[in-house]
Amino acid sequence: MAIMINKPGMLTSLQDLGRYTYQQYGVIVSGSMDPFAHTAANLLVGNSEGEATLEVTLTGPKLTFGIDTFIAICGADLTPSLNEKAIENWRTISVRKGDVLEFGNCKWGCRAYIAVAGGYDTGRVMGSKSTYLRAGMGGYQGRALKEGDTLPVNSDGNGFHPTSFNWFISHEPRAMYLDMNTIRAVKGRHFDLFTKESQTAFFNEKFKISTQSDRMGYRAEGTELKLQQQKEILSEPVLFGTVQVPSEGKPIILMADRQTTGGYPKIAQVAYVDLPKLAQAKPGDSIVFQEITEEEAQISYIIQKIELDYLKAGIRLKNRE
Amino acid sequence: MFQEIKYYRFGEAGILLEFGDGISVDMNQQIHNISRWLNENPFDGFIETVPAYNTLTVLYDPMKFAHPEKSAFELAKNRVKMRMESMPKEEASSRHVIKIPVCYGSDFGPDLENVAKLNSLSPEEVIKIHTENTYYVYMLGFAPGFPFLGGMSSRISAPRLSSPRLSIPKGSVGIAGKQTGIYPIETPGGWQLIGRTPLELFRPSLNPPTLIEAGDQVKFYEITLEEYHSWEADHGHND
Repeated sequence: MAIMINKPGMLTSLQDLGRYTYQQYGVIVSGSMDPFAHTAANLLVGNSEGEATLEVTLTGPKLTFGIDTFIAICGADLTPSLNEKAIENWRTISVRKGDVLEFGNCKWGCRAYIAVAGGYDTGRVMGSKSTYLRAGMGGYQGRALKEGDTLPVNSDGNGFHPTSFNWFISHEPRAMYLDMNTIRAVKGRHFDLFTKESQTAFFNEKFKISTQSDRMGYRAEGTELKLQQQKEILSEPVLFGTVQVPSEGKPIILMADRQTTGGYPKIAQVAYVDLPKLAQAKPGDSIVFQEITEEEAQISYIIQKIELDYLKAGIRLKNRE
Repeated sequence: MFQEIKYYRFGEAGILLEFGDGISVDMNQQIHNISRWLNENPFDGFIETVPAYNTLTVLYDPMKFAHPEKSAFELAKNRVKMRMESMPKEEASSRHVIKIPVCYGSDFGPDLENVAKLNSLSPEEVIKIHTENTYYVYMLGFAPGFPFLGGMSSRISAPRLSSPRLSIPKGSVGIAGKQTGIYPIETPGGWQLIGRTPLELFRPSLNPPTLIEAGDQVKFYEITLEEYHSWEADHGHND
């Protein structure tokens, strides 16, 4: 009951929604860079939101299924094919033992999520299946997938038996991907410490995502952001989407594999609902930060969660018809 | 008792409590006492706390506080305040002293000579000063189980390396500015390395998963290379 890895792809690792409750010990959260695509993929195969998916980066893997099951691929369009026949993202797909899943060019986005009905059977470390690459723990043997790996799949499945395959997640719930360049954000705790010019530049000018960007954080290039005067900031927690500015003036947007704490001034906090856009952005892409209030950010978060609950209920209903 | 605390929103699911401006052991202990109390007496929707020098961040599930008219943040903040008010007054401070054996110098501490030279001391004097003090653990961060220690003598301070090492072996004990610390996992880093401990600071299968906890005290003592190796042989390989 497994999936054979014929080719690993650029960086393919198991991720769920993160390893919480251990940040006080310095253990990072990890988890999917695009929690929306991750969640959608899980819901399409009848899994709970928090089940692990395979996070695929730019160049996809080649996999052979050792079982009959259902899968879904959401997020980046890396032109997936099953037995050399093109398949689509955002759908439930039936696969048979011996089927081969491959990926081609990247047509849109950066990260795709492959969910399998019942989930990957790797066990949890500290409550999570997410791979913590630097500490070599969690996920599949604490590392990214390699050629020749055999990834176990929960043999009991999850009792999911879809009755129709002629539908997909419509564009409406994933409308945030339409405007990839506008990243909504709220002022950070240290926003007022920056010069007036830097404050204006941050919310008006374009920033380019640098090649020094990975699961830990994205560096952004643009107008140099400066403090009015140098100030010692005591280390304190940082979050997914915290934008901090080291002394050389280039902002860093912290992503899924961020450290738990940081000592650089925080200029902004990216709205949770816009993190999927960043997860799908590539080095060289331009972004503009648009200011929203903290209350707006929280309400958007709540609305997105409610929409995902509707989607979950909708998928259940569809498969009962 | 809690009047001076300022409450800030932090992301969609966080509340940052700020207790004051500077670094103080008393304030920091208060933060860890509250942190422990909240973890032992969680409210519905509580996720976790992240204590730091002068702040405590409480993470919560906004869906548990979603309300058609009221702000989820305000509701969650009130819940945290209520929990804190029910905290017993007596200080439950059981500060452990964790003793850390360190093999100083040689391959384990390639910067020991440099730290000595910078401070016009002999390597032996650096070791004596480093093992003399008891250090207070303000917080864990940077890497799992990495303690932010206070209390190092400025007589052995040393700047960060101008170009960080790509890989620092786990167990390395280093100095950066007026701080000393221990690397629990292999990671890049710019601290000047003076020695290494055979102890496992991060142990994911145990609860708690770290040898040192915030609020503890740490004392270093010197061991020889032979003692280091026999420690490893007794406790499994530290590779």
